[in-house]
Amino acid sequence: MTGSFGAGPLPESADVVVIGGGVVGCAIARQLSRFELSVVLIESAPDVATGTSKANSGILHAGFDAEPGTWKARLNVRGAQLYAELAEGLGIPRKATGSLVVARDAVQMETVADLRHRGIDNGVPGLEIWNRDQVVAHEPNISPDVAGALWAPTGAIVCPFLATVGFAENAVRNGARIVTECAVIGFEVADRQIVAVRTTRGRVAARFVVNAAGLHSADVARLAGDDSFTIRPRRGEYILFDRSVGQLVNTVLFPTPDKLSKGILVSPTVHGNVFIGPDAVDIDDPEDRETTAGGLAGIIAGARRIVPALPLGTAITEFAGLRAAAGKDFVIGPSPAARGLVHAAGIQSPGLTSAPAIGEAIVEMLQDVGLRLRPKASFVPVNRQKPRFHDLDRQVQARLIAGDRLYGRVICRCETITEAEIVAAIQSPCGARTVDGVKRRVRAGAGRCQGGFCGPRVTAILARELGIPVTAVRKDSANSWLFLSRADLEAGEGVHA
Amino acid sequence: MREFSYDVVTIGGGPAGMAAALAAREAGAERVLILERDRELGGILQQCIHNGFGLRRFEEELTGPGYAHRYVDMIGATDIDVWLDTTVLAAEPGGVVTSVSPHAGLQVVRAKSVVYAMGCRERTRGAIRTPGSRPAGVFTAGAAQRMVNMEGYLPGREVVIVGSGDIGLIMARRMTFEGARVKAVFEIMPYSNGLTRNIVQCLEDFGIPLYLGHSVTAIHGKDRVTGITVSQVNDRLEVIDGTAFDVACDCVLLSVGLIPENELGRAAGVVLDPITSGARVDQFRRTSIPGFFAAGNVLHVHDLVDWVSEEAAIAGRSAARHARGELAASGRERPVTAGEGLRTVVPQRLSDFEPGKMSVRFYFRAARPMGASLLQLWADGALAFERKLRVVKPSEMIVADIPVRKIGDAAALDFRVVPAPDRIEADDEIEEEA
Repeated sequence: MTGSFGAGPLPESADVVVIGGGVVGCAIARQLSRFELSVVLIESAPDVATGTSKANSGILHAGFDAEPGTWKARLNVRGAQLYAELAEGLGIPRKATGSLVVARDAVQMETVADLRHRGIDNGVPGLEIWNRDQVVAHEPNISPDVAGALWAPTGAIVCPFLATVGFAENAVRNGARIVTECAVIGFEVADRQIVAVRTTRGRVAARFVVNAAGLHSADVARLAGDDSFTIRPRRGEYILFDRSVGQLVNTVLFPTPDKLSKGILVSPTVHGNVFIGPDAVDIDDPEDRETTAGGLAGIIAGARRIVPALPLGTAITEFAGLRAAAGKDFVIGPSPAARGLVHAAGIQSPGLTSAPAIGEAIVEMLQDVGLRLRPKASFVPVNRQKPRFHDLDRQVQARLIAGDRLYGRVICRCETITEAEIVAAIQSPCGARTVDGVKRRVRAGAGRCQGGFCGPRVTAILARELGIPVTAVRKDSANSWLFLSRADLEAGEGVHA
Repeated sequence: MREFSYDVVTIGGGPAGMAAALAAREAGAERVLILERDRELGGILQQCIHNGFGLRRFEEELTGPGYAHRYVDMIGATDIDVWLDTTVLAAEPGGVVTSVSPHAGLQVVRAKSVVYAMGCRERTRGAIRTPGSRPAGVFTAGAAQRMVNMEGYLPGREVVIVGSGDIGLIMARRMTFEGARVKAVFEIMPYSNGLTRNIVQCLEDFGIPLYLGHSVTAIHGKDRVTGITVSQVNDRLEVIDGTAFDVACDCVLLSVGLIPENELGRAAGVVLDPITSGARVDQFRRTSIPGFFAAGNVLHVHDLVDWVSEEAAIAGRSAARHARGELAASGRERPVTAGEGLRTVVPQRLSDFEPGKMSVRFYFRAARPMGASLLQLWADGALAFERKLRVVKPSEMIVADIPVRKIGDAAALDFRVVPAPDRIEADDEIEEEA
């Protein structure tokens, strides 16, 4: 099977259908693409990484939080190892920053000591308890009332969008088909065995289906008559700061956790920004990504307990992400209601870290329930490298321009992203279809002007490369049109209204 | 990489870069180069198709492109070189300017003088932390203006404008002309940030309401904007409970301030003024790095392009003289501060005066609106100069020529704006000497 990506037709049948193009679904599809199987991943949005995967902390947790014996504990540590092995080849930006859990008094120091023991049980290497001086030496901007910290050298940061895109692109490269703007509307079940998935783009016959539908995974399960779990969306708000203050912190700084969450953190990003967040608020609407004045004030207050001098004047954007919380642990395993359906659901933190390990676990489970796995001799484990003009030295930049003049035209001035990089982001095996899709892949529009300068230019490049009118270019979701023609306005309605 | 040598290079070919280059050439710089990232000269003027430009500079009312083309034509009549479609990647102390373009690739220019003329960018929703969702249909006013005036596409049908900056006011009128419905302009401050003439000609003439003292507390919508929530604010700009109301719209245009686009200066280590976000300069528009000058909106945000041209000419002349080795060293540097009633002053420091210099022109922004006022110069703590101002608005620059003899030998200068005492008649424009 030749891989593909986009809002095209569904094949009539597949060996495995993966539902959901978040980091978990894409990691599963990539793992499946190692074998002689026809794999179809369906995603309701126009792009991968548009749900939980697009708005999270971007942290590869070391693995000391989870209770030993849980899926979280097992998959976190394995996932962190897999990123270390895979990231470079898949084009996933990752930085081994280490992480600190900061304690502010003797009671918190006890909690931190407990975390260390739990981490040792989970097989996390290198954990150390640091005293105040060690912490301050490593993080000069940290609150002076710090008492000490747990140092986890294997904690790291990653780009969550490019993690998802990296897995998806590699899956497509190895023959998987990703069909976007395709939502599940039902299953065909015969004798308690899944036989087909019905979607908004028609039917695909399949006896093995993976439910990686994130915030909608309980709804998907219910379509197969399975109400064994529920998903509670838990919203977290973030503030992202400009790269000019990227030196504020050197590593991921967690507060000492409470029962609900890991707390408000202050962290660098792989692209040199700093963020604060998230809070944790249970909500009802799985699409409600509104930030709130109270929420933002809360994360500012929380972050100031770790880093008192926050550069609030350099905030470049605020956003909210939704965690798909099911319970204490991930929901991983065969559906009790329908044979052939396997869940990878309830993937909250450390879900991003665990994703490639979830891919391994799910494929093993599919084998257990009867899927035949024959390794694919032609499997290519890496993606084509995409040069990042800004990061290269002048000689390499000059060579790139000599090969493709569009490397000489800077489109996003804040992040120094060239036209050639944007074209490559659109024309790659899992290419951008939307303005935000371009932003998530190459960062055009992710800087301090937030696309004020490059937005119209990126829109024009998308229209040209996709062969669509400017009025058909979307921001992110299926109906997020950006511009009208004068005729649309005069007619009182646009094709996209 | 190919290398070139120039006397004066301007980074940017908008109104500041063009005026600086022309003035530099006229002042005797032999080799002058303009580096412009767009495909034509003119900068932001090219998308400002309304009129109102040039009343001071050309004594007639021009459109933005009309104003730009006066300069494009003047430059065309000289031997100034212009590199279009060219982005500057770095400008390092010593005058090494590295640029990139699709047609010529990477190029290095060794310049005796560099003029920063990169203009400004728009403040974003993120910078003012407006809560809510992030649907399509939220644009900065200038980005929308470019789409409408240069690309021919419209950003929505039912428009709300947040902030009363001039671009927002101009876009209120433009969108009305295009057939969209502009429902309101919401401004958090108790006064407008736009020019009075734009309030009248772009809002009042079209019956578009301006809500002062109102803040947007949420933007709603999942795919596309569906509306916003607005509340009144008190004099500390805090939301007043119970005043919230919703406005349905499919488009939000933000006009909430401009920020000098100073990343090249910051990367080179230029000392910046934390209030203007531009370089700290002397009366020659010298920055803290020898041979580097700044002018226009990259130095401080102007209200009228006419002032940009004038200021850039100062920088261009200085750059030419520096290139020829004729610009004297700074000598004793004296700080100039914006005191009571003022937010900004440019220049922020004075170098030694040239022989025969009679006055120095200063540009100010007021901290708050005031009626009849006095602009005062306090030199080393003593009142040295006073000038009557009929009215003071933060949206309009105050421009004042201060006689050199009033500045005298003072080590520190502080400007203030204070309410005028009653004894001065409202129309009295006589300079009162202290």
